[in-house]
Amino acid sequence: MSESFIDRAARAAPPVFAQKVKGLSDRAIAWIFVAPTIFILLAINIFPLIWTIYLSFTNFRVNRPNNPVEWVGLQNYQRILGDADVWITMQATAHFLIWTIVCQVLIGFTLAYLINKKFRGNDLWTTIIVLPMMLSPAVVGNFWTFLYQPQIGLFNYIVGSVTGADPSSFSMIGEVSLAPWAIVIVDTWMWTPFVMLICLAGLRSIPESIYEAAECDRASKWRQFWTITIPMILPFLMLAVLFRGIENFKMFDLVVQLTGGGPGNTTTLTSIDLKREAFEKWRTGYSSAYAVILFVTVFGLASIYVKALNKVKQR
Amino acid sequence: MSFSVTEPSLRQKWFAGVMVVGYALITMLPLLWIVATGFKSSADSIAYPPKILFEPTVEGYVNVFTTQTRLSTQLASEPRENLPWYEQLVREKGNTIVGQSRYTERFFNSVIIGFGSTFFAIVLGTAAAYAFSRFKVPLKDDLLFFILSTRMMPPIAVAIPIFLMFRNLGLNDTHAGMILLYTAINLSLAVWLINGFIDEIPIEYEEAALIDGYTRFQAFYKVVLPQAATGIASTAIFCLIFSWNEYALAVLLTSGTAQTAPPFIPTIIGVGGQDWPAVAAGATIFLVPVMVFTILLRKHLLRGITFGAVRK
Repeated sequence: MSESFIDRAARAAPPVFAQKVKGLSDRAIAWIFVAPTIFILLAINIFPLIWTIYLSFTNFRVNRPNNPVEWVGLQNYQRILGDADVWITMQATAHFLIWTIVCQVLIGFTLAYLINKKFRGNDLWTTIIVLPMMLSPAVVGNFWTFLYQPQIGLFNYIVGSVTGADPSSFSMIGEVSLAPWAIVIVDTWMWTPFVMLICLAGLRSIPESIYEAAECDRASKWRQFWTITIPMILPFLMLAVLFRGIENFKMFDLVVQLTGGGPGNTTTLTSIDLKREAFEKWRTGYSSAYAVILFVTVFGLASIYVKALNKVKQR
Repeated sequence: MSFSVTEPSLRQKWFAGVMVVGYALITMLPLLWIVATGFKSSADSIAYPPKILFEPTVEGYVNVFTTQTRLSTQLASEPRENLPWYEQLVREKGNTIVGQSRYTERFFNSVIIGFGSTFFAIVLGTAAAYAFSRFKVPLKDDLLFFILSTRMMPPIAVAIPIFLMFRNLGLNDTHAGMILLYTAINLSLAVWLINGFIDEIPIEYEEAALIDGYTRFQAFYKVVLPQAATGIASTAIFCLIFSWNEYALAVLLTSGTAQTAPPFIPTIIGVGGQDWPAVAAGATIFLVPVMVFTILLRKHLLRGITFGAVRK
């Protein structure tokens, strides 16, 4: 019996989907390609995380390696959650988070909306606006302490000229009532462009035909804004808030250089407090527990938030 | 010209333009101030009211690269022939140069660690991204989420065990240690972004190559890599900018040999506080590469920053 049609077709078919192509098998290549990445992330991220969790149940101190390491159970966690100072730090962080997000979303969205009007030269100005977020936060924070100097600082001089106040009469980073706002201003200056870029991506993804349809229905511009633009851009805004939220919860470099956590403890955000416990007081076990609490907080909040985000996206 | 209902009116464009340019000018002010301060004399830098017009000098740049000591009045008045211009500049202030500052060293540490970690993150990240994009990797979505979640940890939280681990391995304050650390941090970003770029290359190209007798590996580097090149290049720049600017881990895990510039610049001090022209000079030199990259990269900014999340 001669070869069936199917057999002939099979032999003629390219060997693409055959299990064995020349050289290594796909499976082998997949493993070779993925393994180093997984290995490095396990070694530098996951292993340290597990180690932190272990240390959080002990009284280990890095600067006293010869002390016997004792298992103390949940004692570290109890001490942190019962510590009034930690809660003050948390409040400072919450204040910082809320105000930076409010300012950055409002200004960032407005800018994106305006840039989307496609005026001439918008590309150039967008690039200029984006520059601050590309710079080193520590270097920028350090230089802003100069701008905030009461006697000689540019910031005080400009505020003085605009409001008529005496520029040497107030110190943004030296006064308890102003310092939290000093860090909000710099963070907003630095990171508004980030929110702006995400909003811009969102605005550009809205199909023009929706507006055309609305125009046919004689919907007013205002109505179009609230019923088309805002709902369509909401997932993007939420994404921006997520990224900024996670980043600002971890905030360290900018604020350390700007205020060092002071005056008093007014700008001591959680990661600054954590750094002091871990690398100045060397309470390793205690600070490990602190780190775990922070990580669980971020992870928990982010997961809840992502669920909400997905719901908005599905609408 | 086609008519479009969403095309803004001329008045709207003007209004938008004026507002955006106004904001951009305010944003630029601190940056221009950094650059300008770098060219001021110490007296001009702390003058009140702040000086907009001043006589430029490179004093700050000389200060940031050198260590100086005060000369006695007698020595300072002694005329010396054939001094280089920078020595003369310092002499006028009654100082003399005794050596190089550590800025050059720190700057090159930034270059070595920045480029080194970017290189490894890109090589490993591209390979992993290709595998995730083209093969059935078990638990693919979980692995990708795991890779992303590593970025949620505050750097200080992992710094303690990494500090201990590096101490045991002898990696504390070494270039290799910092390269390894930043590679790990950049990898998650690299895998995610490059994965997005490779996903967009039609799989048919590779199939055609395989039919022509290429091996998988050849198809990868002769067909896929050239197609993804611009995406990979812009990812590389994002990685580089991150390692270039990183501060928290650098300040905690390095103390001298391998310390990068961000922890160093704020420590530049002169007589009675920070030497602002020198700080500004150091900062300007350090900011320039990033600014150049940003301008070159502007077309890819959107994709990179939104983590590929805006891809449709």
